[in-house]
Amino acid sequence: MASGPTPAPPRPAPRAGAAAPTPPASTATVHQTMTGAQSIVRSLEELGVQHVFGIPGGTILPTYDPLMDSKIRHYLVRHEQGAGHAAEGYAHVTGRVGVCIATSGPGATNLVTALADANLDSVPVVAITGQVGSSLIGTDAFQEADIVGVTMPITKHSILVKDAAEIPNAIASAFHIAATGRPGPVLVDIAKSAQVAETVFEWPQQLVLPGYHPVTKPHAKQVREAARLLATARRPVLLIGGGAQRSAASTQVRQLVELSGAPATTTLPARGALPDTHPQNLGMPGMHGTVAAVAALQKADLIVALGARFDDRVTGQLSSFAPNAQVVHADIDPAEIGKNKAVDVPIVGDLREVLTDLVPELERAHAQYGKPDLEGWWRQVDSWRDTFPLGWDEPSDGLLAPQHIVRRIGEITGPEAVYVAGVGQHQMWAAQFIDHERPRAWMSSAGLGTMGFAVPAAMGAQVGAPDRTVWAIDGDGCFQMTNQELATCVINEIPIKVAIINNSSLGMVRQWQTLFYDERYSNTDLHTGHDTIRVPDFVKLAEAYGAVGLRCDSKADVDATIKRANEIDDRPVVVDFTVSRDAMVWPMVAAGVSNDDIMYARGLTPAWDREDEL
Amino acid sequence: MSRHTLSVLVENKPGVLTRVAGLFARRAFNIHSLAVGPTEHTEISRITVVVDVEDRPLEQVTKQLNKLVNVIKIVELEADSSVQRELLLVKVRADGAQRTGVLEIVDLFRAHVVDVVPDAVVIEATGSPGKLDALLTALAPFGIREIVQSGTVAIGRGARSITDRALERVGRTA
Repeated sequence: MASGPTPAPPRPAPRAGAAAPTPPASTATVHQTMTGAQSIVRSLEELGVQHVFGIPGGTILPTYDPLMDSKIRHYLVRHEQGAGHAAEGYAHVTGRVGVCIATSGPGATNLVTALADANLDSVPVVAITGQVGSSLIGTDAFQEADIVGVTMPITKHSILVKDAAEIPNAIASAFHIAATGRPGPVLVDIAKSAQVAETVFEWPQQLVLPGYHPVTKPHAKQVREAARLLATARRPVLLIGGGAQRSAASTQVRQLVELSGAPATTTLPARGALPDTHPQNLGMPGMHGTVAAVAALQKADLIVALGARFDDRVTGQLSSFAPNAQVVHADIDPAEIGKNKAVDVPIVGDLREVLTDLVPELERAHAQYGKPDLEGWWRQVDSWRDTFPLGWDEPSDGLLAPQHIVRRIGEITGPEAVYVAGVGQHQMWAAQFIDHERPRAWMSSAGLGTMGFAVPAAMGAQVGAPDRTVWAIDGDGCFQMTNQELATCVINEIPIKVAIINNSSLGMVRQWQTLFYDERYSNTDLHTGHDTIRVPDFVKLAEAYGAVGLRCDSKADVDATIKRANEIDDRPVVVDFTVSRDAMVWPMVAAGVSNDDIMYARGLTPAWDREDEL
Repeated sequence: MSRHTLSVLVENKPGVLTRVAGLFARRAFNIHSLAVGPTEHTEISRITVVVDVEDRPLEQVTKQLNKLVNVIKIVELEADSSVQRELLLVKVRADGAQRTGVLEIVDLFRAHVVDVVPDAVVIEATGSPGKLDALLTALAPFGIREIVQSGTVAIGRGARSITDRALERVGRTA
């Protein structure tokens, strides 16, 4: 890519289709004396920031003073991890950079989990942390932690600022880096001495990033080759990944899907990038994917990966993954291409630009090679779909089936809502049984698998999409990690809805203990569910926070409870759905084994032999 | 397993060496030697990393290095198209009878004596890793007291410069 000057001011424009447009920033040149702290707030204002999440403390106190007079709205969270996940939720639904603020030392280290989460899921987040005064750095001062050092491996970039004059440039650079290329978290650590010092605030800022030139425009020759392969493959599959969400490419994804006529599958973070009701969508691939999606990838002669990174949860045992497939891999991050799966046609570029080129190229390829006859392939794929649909057995203990609850939440609330999940069984059911119809309306912690993600991320999503219903599908284990943010939600009137799929245990771990540890349930019982002492009682806990608490433990009440929760829009609602703990997530590919060995249900693996004549 | 020499041009900023070294450690690459110093441009430093890897992971590590915002350019220098040198300082026992023998070896390797006391000398030598190994082998019988050795520094042969375009980049954005 040409190494021209980085454009200034660096205002990451929202992608087409983003929910909220960035408000226009002033175009006049600013040259004004103020403190470093004022310069931080002013920089955020110039960048169009409207909402931030954080907690003040000793070394960030100077910045909280001018923040009081700013039009930026600050949400006082109850734990910095909540601020980080809220920034992620906000960024995901709006397509803009999410911002979180914390003080030095423990405030900053409490952000670490959220930053690692944003890093693995490529979420554009900027974290601003206070640091001890520059004369104290390196002396083990009170609340000193080398947060730049701590976060180096888990951020896209990090910047330590000791000079007040550098503040606007550092923050402008952070926003540019977070939002462009493969998005990710950037940390700006600002010494207290820089915040209190007097400086001249100048805007716009010219960015000096000689080593940062993300490639967005794909190579025409590679795109042509991809089109040729797609036009001539007999068993193609489109593997749609989270990049489709980040680059707001779902319109183009759909065009390619329909033009190619190929089966498509959406990975966990990509759910909704192609509507689930689209006839060519096979659902989710991977460890808990549909048999059709997993089998189609295994038997494919061509995989076209679009913003997907061949994560181990998708490939299963890598050496036996899709053994006969040629691979086209389009990704904005060149390091993803060939990292796990060898690639025949690499395409580096922004997915929307790639697809904008690939669709007309495929039309030309069809004209040249003819439209491929995929009828036999579809007959095969459809037979998998018909034989192995997603489903569940009613639990034998008479308790609620968690899958039924998740499905009904999706059906009753509809595709205009936003769904956020924690991590574990409930996450997989939410991915499987809600029809994800819209892009960026589904979010969970996919790469890092952060329990406790749902409540604060839903909070941030609700702030970013105030007119939408936001459901957090959570587990009883996850909920107990971050439910303190209910206080933030109540006080700021953020009316998220939380469905606790309460199986009284760390359900996914328990499922592995059932399957692989001889039903020895070591430390997975949480005592929150049916017939237990209910510590805590989630209904009382919700009420203690001033939220609405509801409980549902019978199938007859499920619909009415969901409807009641949907009617409440002035406060958060927590619904304690007490469910059977024996429900398991199916299908399943056990960790490290071949996708060929997918279990449709316990002890039931599809026989592939009859398909081999293809 | 093979050995590769990478020249990494980076922004001259605090913490950049930590980022580069940390990335090698995190991705489980074994750094054989590392040398860092200024270039003809004050805003650019040059890190020479010698690393032991398989071929395919090397591509992965250079891609990961390229993702570091402060890394401007990475070039792999092949042994036969580059000059690769290390600096060695070695303290050798050299009293009366042995001194002549030590000095003969110093001459033979075109090294220099940079410090002399009655029972020891400090020898300075530069060269390829192979030459320095040979020198140390030759000196070993006299009694080596102390060794300090730099990482490899390397530069491509011929008129072309790997910093030219990187400099343009910095110049245009600065």
